[in-house]
Amino acid sequence: MDMYLTLIQLLDSTVRLATPLLLACLAGLFSERAGIFDIGLEGKMLAAAFFSAAVAALTGSVWVGLLAGIAASLALSAIHGIASITFRGNQLISGVAINFLAAGMTVLIAQAWFRQGGRTPSLIGNARFEPVTLPFAEALQNVPFIGPLYYELISGHSVLVYMAFAAVPLTWWILFRTRFGLRLRAVGENPAAVDTAGVSVVGLRFAAVAICGVLCGVAGAYLSTALQAGFVKDMAAGRGFIALAALIFAKWRPWHALYATLLFGLFGALETRPDVIESLIGMKVQGQLLAALPYVMTVIILAGFVGKAIPPRAGGEPYVKER
Amino acid sequence: MTLMTKFLGAAAATALSAGAALAEPALIFDLGGKFDKSFNEAAFAGAQRWAEETGETFREIELQSEAQREQALRRFAEAGSNPIVMTGFAFGDALGQVATDYPDTDFVIIDMVVDQPNVRSVVFNEHEGSYLVGMLAAQASQTGTVSFIGGMDIPLIRKFACGYAEGALAVNPEIEVIANMTGTTPAAWNDPVKGSELTKAQISQGSDVVYAAAGGTGVGVLQTAADEDILSIGVDSNQNYLHPGKVLTSMLKRVDNAVYQAFKEGAGMEKGFNVMGVGNGGVGYAMDEYNADLVTEEMQSTVDEAAAKISSGELEVHDYMSDDSCPVLSF
Repeated sequence: MDMYLTLIQLLDSTVRLATPLLLACLAGLFSERAGIFDIGLEGKMLAAAFFSAAVAALTGSVWVGLLAGIAASLALSAIHGIASITFRGNQLISGVAINFLAAGMTVLIAQAWFRQGGRTPSLIGNARFEPVTLPFAEALQNVPFIGPLYYELISGHSVLVYMAFAAVPLTWWILFRTRFGLRLRAVGENPAAVDTAGVSVVGLRFAAVAICGVLCGVAGAYLSTALQAGFVKDMAAGRGFIALAALIFAKWRPWHALYATLLFGLFGALETRPDVIESLIGMKVQGQLLAALPYVMTVIILAGFVGKAIPPRAGGEPYVKER
Repeated sequence: MTLMTKFLGAAAATALSAGAALAEPALIFDLGGKFDKSFNEAAFAGAQRWAEETGETFREIELQSEAQREQALRRFAEAGSNPIVMTGFAFGDALGQVATDYPDTDFVIIDMVVDQPNVRSVVFNEHEGSYLVGMLAAQASQTGTVSFIGGMDIPLIRKFACGYAEGALAVNPEIEVIANMTGTTPAAWNDPVKGSELTKAQISQGSDVVYAAAGGTGVGVLQTAADEDILSIGVDSNQNYLHPGKVLTSMLKRVDNAVYQAFKEGAGMEKGFNVMGVGNGGVGYAMDEYNADLVTEEMQSTVDEAAAKISSGELEVHDYMSDDSCPVLSF
């Protein structure tokens, strides 16, 4: 029973750690499926984390904060879109620029607004997302086996977690069952064909980049207003890049994105419990190894050892209508 | 627009002040920034205290990138600032090169040893301070398990962990001490999300007092400890106020005293190795109105007794950095 509770605790931690990765991964999925590479996921999350915490602290409402976070992320998306779609700039360079911009801007504005060394004040009460207790969770708490599973693991997360998990089937449905999704995937593979059919490539790509902005905004808000109670500089801590790794690992597919981010989340959770690993395999594993695993696995996938990761064919290339 | 004006204003101010050659003392803040609520801010507070007491002024710069270290040192030295105080171990290499070029200027480096005739190296006995808060943690713990969360896994942070564990075991030899590090890259100083997860993992292993020596990551640790209703211990500056009634105490590192002393003694101060420990008020634990209800008089007297023994040399706390090992904790 004790082992079972430890497992529940680990999985609970996995869900919390996987949620920002999942949201950012789906964000990247929309963008990259439309042919716009986005390594600025990290910067967008960071900007959203700051603005959601800052506005939540100023207004006292986490929902207003969430909207502000999404708006900030959308603004950076717009920069990325204008640079790489309208002006056909290099998508990678634009992404790097967004990461730098977000890292510097958040601390600078935080210092100017709050004078707390690039932090926001601690959020209290309605200014942060409280855990949601699902119906009957309290009542079932003491039922053996199912009780802890339902109470600890499934119930008790912030509403953004449930939104993130709901976004997976929604993404699948949009991409693979709607006309918009078909066109979006088509501009990532063969934009000329979409253009010939009389559909705006630029419009579709901007739509994809905007969806990416919204999802990154939610991911950032989750970091600073649900997992934490405020913004700390650089708090995204490379999660945008792990999400990119997960995207490649999932080979740009929504359900696989869920599995990949959960797996990476599990690595993160295991890293916090070296004692569990030690008792399971009988030897001490350095946390660094687990932290590096997502990247190692991505390299293995990219090298073609486990299937082949084929990115959208027109990815990274600006669309030129006529030469 | 206002930001832009600030930039321009700051740039203009630097340009103007660069010409003046006065023997003002100078203070260089490390990348964490002047208002980091911790290490650098403590240095600023010390300088400010000196300025208020003497009515004199000092010069300062906040570094924005690694490349500016040597440049900032040389600029101040050329402009005649004396002494020049810098906060942070990362200045070690730059100062090693610069110090010989300006033999008439006095330099003070905090948290690092630079062996030059015109350099005062101030180091803190963090293990002693950690020992004291470890004793408090063990006395406050109901479950018999206390824990530690470090930032980046470097010897300095292991020094904190080792002292803490020794202190806890001194009070209760049966106590279990869990220690986790956040990571091995500088990103580990600013990952409060991971700090929270580590705290939750430690709580599930039974810990009810957690000590964070992890920079920005510690913000997440203290927050989660307060949310989950266990006690936490802050570090460097007094962090008791962050969550009143939930932060047991803070391990104080009196960087402000080190800067104040250096400025007060001024040019021609005593150089060499300067150790700030429990004995000379360099490290200690914080008591104020926010944690008054958490620390009983009995707890305090036990700790003060140990502090007296440490100052007199009767009790020696193991320093991890002296031999890169810890007798009571394995990493």
